[in-house]
Amino acid sequence: MEVTLKNLTKKFPSRDKNNPADVIAVNHFDFTIPDGMLVGLLGPSGCGKSTALNLISGLQKPTEGRIFFGEDDVTELPPENRGIGLVFQNYALYPHLTVRQNILFPLQNLKGKDKLSKEVMNEKMLEAAKLVQMDGLLERKPKELSGGQQQRVAIARALVKMPKVLLLDEPLSNLDARLRLQTREEIRRIQQETRITTIFVTHDQEEAMSISDIIVVMKEGTVHQIGKPQDVYDSPKNLFVAKFLGTPPINVFDGTIRDGGLYIGEECILKVKCLKDSTGNALREDEMRPVYVGIRPEGFVLSEDGALTCKRNRVEVMGRDISVVSTHPASLNETIRSIISADNKVNTAEECVKFQLLPHKVFIFDKETEERIEFEA
Amino acid sequence: MKKRLQNSGAKAWLYLLPAILFLGAFMVYPLVDVFVYSFEEGYNSASQTYNGIGFYNYSYVLHDPYFLQAVKNTFILVIITVPLSTGLALLISFGLTSITKLRELFQTIYFLPYVTNTLAVGLVFMILFKKTAYSDGMINLLIHAFGGESVDFIEGPYWAKMFVLCFYTIWIVLPFKILILTSALSSVNQDIYNAAKVDGTRKARIFFRITLPLISPTVFYLIITGFIGAFKAYSDAVALFGTNLNAAEMNTIVGYVYDMLYGNSGGYPSYASAAAILLFWIILTITCINLLISRKNVQY
Repeated sequence: MEVTLKNLTKKFPSRDKNNPADVIAVNHFDFTIPDGMLVGLLGPSGCGKSTALNLISGLQKPTEGRIFFGEDDVTELPPENRGIGLVFQNYALYPHLTVRQNILFPLQNLKGKDKLSKEVMNEKMLEAAKLVQMDGLLERKPKELSGGQQQRVAIARALVKMPKVLLLDEPLSNLDARLRLQTREEIRRIQQETRITTIFVTHDQEEAMSISDIIVVMKEGTVHQIGKPQDVYDSPKNLFVAKFLGTPPINVFDGTIRDGGLYIGEECILKVKCLKDSTGNALREDEMRPVYVGIRPEGFVLSEDGALTCKRNRVEVMGRDISVVSTHPASLNETIRSIISADNKVNTAEECVKFQLLPHKVFIFDKETEERIEFEA
Repeated sequence: MKKRLQNSGAKAWLYLLPAILFLGAFMVYPLVDVFVYSFEEGYNSASQTYNGIGFYNYSYVLHDPYFLQAVKNTFILVIITVPLSTGLALLISFGLTSITKLRELFQTIYFLPYVTNTLAVGLVFMILFKKTAYSDGMINLLIHAFGGESVDFIEGPYWAKMFVLCFYTIWIVLPFKILILTSALSSVNQDIYNAAKVDGTRKARIFFRITLPLISPTVFYLIITGFIGAFKAYSDAVALFGTNLNAAEMNTIVGYVYDMLYGNSGGYPSYASAAAILLFWIILTITCINLLISRKNVQY
């Protein structure tokens, strides 16, 4: 089921007497989630992603705008009539019911012509339990299950009615690191098997990048960028998106464009031409222009005659590759972290390291708007 | 090592000593004493003598029409007030958690009986129910307004007096139950209700399949304490009908015990003890039955 948000806005009245302006949790969302996709709503905490999910589920009513499932306007429909499955952050399993009863519960609510016979209900329950591989523990109560198992029961309960849209609120945040890896694979597998349009909320960019077909990067109620994870990573629209995606995070420097070159400090690190701002206007490369320069950790190449000179702090060996930690006066991060192949030998006698930069790993952002400035090397 | 252990044991006993002394002197000793009294026939507290040992005290009490009346009254009171007050408290606290407007106001109103002085409450009930030279009481005015005949609730027929006693008891115990139940209800995770809502659960089903099981430990606690409290009823009856409860046919078991000790017919500690021990067995039995039932029905 395709999910379309049109001009969706949610405002909460302010509780702060000094600042009576409404809090805008979701600000004019306007995008379509294609059918059968796994979509990650990604943003730092407080960015309105859970509110967006609650609006789609119907637990909260939007201040403005409409929500469509396919062709149907569901904005005014209560949650139970929208055909959604919702998995809560704390799972919200019924603690007094067994796994079997928990999964059966939504089916038992059906009435009238939708009412199912006991056999059909049991069949559907078993099918859902098998899908999440919980069919061996049907008689357990939630408190007798691990966090990951509870999560799976919650997913089974959400899926048993074959919803059109599956919504997951921070599905992995209550799990430990190892279980998190495992469970996210699981979510991916279940989604692939059922092909149900799935929207999940997370603040963990790695989680979102690893399993989503599409990610929606949000901050303070506004959508900053929507796209395939790799596209968003390779081509961030603005400084926030560039900084939010990627571990280790991107290295940001104060820089200037002048005389056809990109300068960090006094060093010209790249020749640039064909500058274009976010609206597509051409900019002059010989005009003095202060900018932010973002360089991905993998964009550094050790080189004797490299353009960027940094003061070496330490070298961390991580097996497959090594990470050179250095400092630079123009850097906005405390340290610069670059990841290079372990084949390189770092000269530990030298106090400075010199890097050459890969142009497609370097992003330029306008100092004022923080929007991306495109260039050709 | 061994010495140190013994030493620490002695210390522990030393620390426990004040509590043990107090509990021993004011709880254990009287309990044992009551048990012993209940078997001493014809005990005289002035001369500290008795005729013999046996079951005569029990036999006397069990054949005393006043005691039988008290048992009957107590049981009626228990059977009517415990389920009614618990059910009412459940309804009211469920209502309280469902509304947002004026919730604090209603909470305060429902809590008022708990902090009101017993004498003041007695006065209010007098105005409501008592016939005086000037008026028949508020309730009778209402009955008149609807064309009924006035009833003497305080000195009239048995059912009218029992009605007033039950009404009073329910009204008195309600605030505490509402308080406990409201906090139990608000401790249920809101997400569970949201999950039920998304699942399309009807309101009644949410209440009976989710809310009630989740607060069942609290409900059970209220039922047990309610039973015990109602079996021990006495002062409420005094507040309404005065100290001569036997004459008013409104005595309770505890009232009977008191009368046997200090009332006009008093001075019989042996009979009082026997009645008290009987009450103890009744409460013990009922509580055991309660526990057995609850094991099946109280969730997690």
